[in-house]
Amino acid sequence: MKILVPVKRAVDYNVKVRVKPDNSGVDLNNVKMAINPFCEIAVEEAIRLKEKGVATEVIVVSVGDKACQEQIRTGLALGADRGIHIETEADAVVDSLQVAKLLQKVVEAESPDLIILGKQSIDSDNNQTGQMLAALTGMPQGTFASEVVVSDGTVNVKREIDGGLQTVKLTLPAVVTTDLRLNEPRYASLPNIMKAKRKPIDVKPVADFGVDMKSNVTVLKVEAPAQRSGGVKVADVAELVEKLKNEAKVIS
Amino acid sequence: MSVLVYAEHDNESLKTETNKLVHAALGASTDIVVLVAGSGCSAIADAAAKISGVSKVILADNEVYLHQLPENIADLVLELSADYTHLFAAATTTGKNFMPRVAALLDVAQISDVIKVVSEDTFVRPIYAGNAIATVQSSDTKKVVTVRAASFDAAANDGNASVEILDTVKTSEKSSFVSAELTVSERPELTAADVIISGGRGMQNGENFALLNGIADKLGAAIGASRAAVDAGFVPNDMQVGQTGKIVAPQLYIAVGISGAIQHLAGMKDSKVIVAINKDEEAPIFSVADYGLVGDLFDILPQLEAAL
Ligand SMILES: Cc1cc2nc3c(=O)[nH]c(=O)nc-3n(C[C@H](O)[C@H](O)[C@H](O)COP(=O)(O)OP(=O)(O)OC[C@H]3O[C@@H](n4cnc5c(N)ncnc54)[C@H](O)[C@@H]3O)c2cc1C
Repeated sequence: MKILVPVKRAVDYNVKVRVKPDNSGVDLNNVKMAINPFCEIAVEEAIRLKEKGVATEVIVVSVGDKACQEQIRTGLALGADRGIHIETEADAVVDSLQVAKLLQKVVEAESPDLIILGKQSIDSDNNQTGQMLAALTGMPQGTFASEVVVSDGTVNVKREIDGGLQTVKLTLPAVVTTDLRLNEPRYASLPNIMKAKRKPIDVKPVADFGVDMKSNVTVLKVEAPAQRSGGVKVADVAELVEKLKNEAKVIS
Repeated sequence: MSVLVYAEHDNESLKTETNKLVHAALGASTDIVVLVAGSGCSAIADAAAKISGVSKVILADNEVYLHQLPENIADLVLELSADYTHLFAAATTTGKNFMPRVAALLDVAQISDVIKVVSEDTFVRPIYAGNAIATVQSSDTKKVVTVRAASFDAAANDGNASVEILDTVKTSEKSSFVSAELTVSERPELTAADVIISGGRGMQNGENFALLNGIADKLGAAIGASRAAVDAGFVPNDMQVGQTGKIVAPQLYIAVGISGAIQHLAGMKDSKVIVAINKDEEAPIFSVADYGLVGDLFDILPQLEAAL
């Protein structure tokens, strides 16, 4: 069984980004970048399925400029077998729909049995790509997974939903998107990081895919959120309750 | 200009998210049709017909829609979509699940988690865990939008729309429901509550969450949690507030033993009044709190319960 894991290069989750003074976007100059946390969980899940003997090959694919090869290498160091880099122009911003269309082409070429992606990337916070890919390829989907169990020709996905947990059964090939509690990704060991340097990455220019990369969504402006004015410290419970009653008037 | 709004419900009751969605949709058009898809849910359609501003309700009541599986729902919405310029769903785990499928099949972008509808083609949405707010304009022929319900007021319930029955049945052989473990609680739902009290890693274990119960009872509050508390197994996942959990904006949010990581703040910093209880006076949660109380939560919580 072959597993395809699309991954995204995103700002490191510890970074608090700042909006550019001209409101054209966020300032990513000299900001630490990393593999999107949900994508890392996706890679880990695929590797575990390989270690259990369920999967035979794990392919990591990323859409982005040259820099995203770093994140493909991260996936390879965690244990993926090979990488595919769909190369865009430097700093190109690609919308979820375009990414899904590019991935659809990869799916057609590679015929994976399972595709595992992060449920959202922590930059655009869209939560779309997996579902779009599932729709375009006519596959069933198990989103927000906290448990993935593969057994002959099907996968059971336990999903984190607003009311609790839900399990669905999907026939393969299928798309799964990861939630945070699916697993805890391992740290890549130094020997594995060295080994990853020799694993193949197939670089393909985005133009080869025949996908219209134009997005119909224009960002008009990006602003900093309204700042909450720092509040006060209260001395004790009595003062807190008094303020909530008489000043904030949120309790009676 | 007309909007198809996907009703948020669980076959038992219509959720207030639907009223908020209708309010949001009014920013794009005055012609609003609500789709209720489910099983044994005609009462939900009747409730949706009462929402002010709704001109018609379409009821797709069939066993195949019982669990609102995304494969079926997306195909159903897709078939109806020809009559509408806008498709709106709540940014809940239901809306987030099927809506991108609809967008992809229509070959249009989806605008996720909208917090403001500026006009028929311009929307405001948070990015980077709410650390930046983007205003985006779409030139797509159809606007596919998910709405962050907490950012909108609820439309009133003094309407009287007609209910139209739709017999369309969309099924998929590829996906089926197996089971659900739903949290049963007498308390208000997090996304609808006026008051929320949340516990974090500082609570130390699941049993200690009982310290929040008495206070929640007195305030009619919902109980939430940080991711650390959920990951540690103190409480179930549906209690998580944050970038990747529930987004809430109650009148009063009380954070207990929560440090205030950006991912947690992303889910609650639009609350009207924030109270933080933490023993570390440097904790970042205090930078967003209107009222901060530095001290040991195990001392403070019993006192607070007694004082209310
Ligand atoms: C991709 C990603 C997504 C995430 N999404 C979310 C999300 O949606 N929601 C979320 O909450 N987090 C999320 N996180 C996790 C987030 O980064 C933090 O790790 C988490 O919020 C920390 O939870 P906490 O504040 O309970 O724990 P900690 O940071 O450990 O804080 C515990 C606090 O309790 C205080 N405390 C301890 N004992 C006491 C006591 N006796 N009395 C008073 N105070 C005490 C401490 O001073 C401390 O401030 C996400 C992380 C990532 C990487």
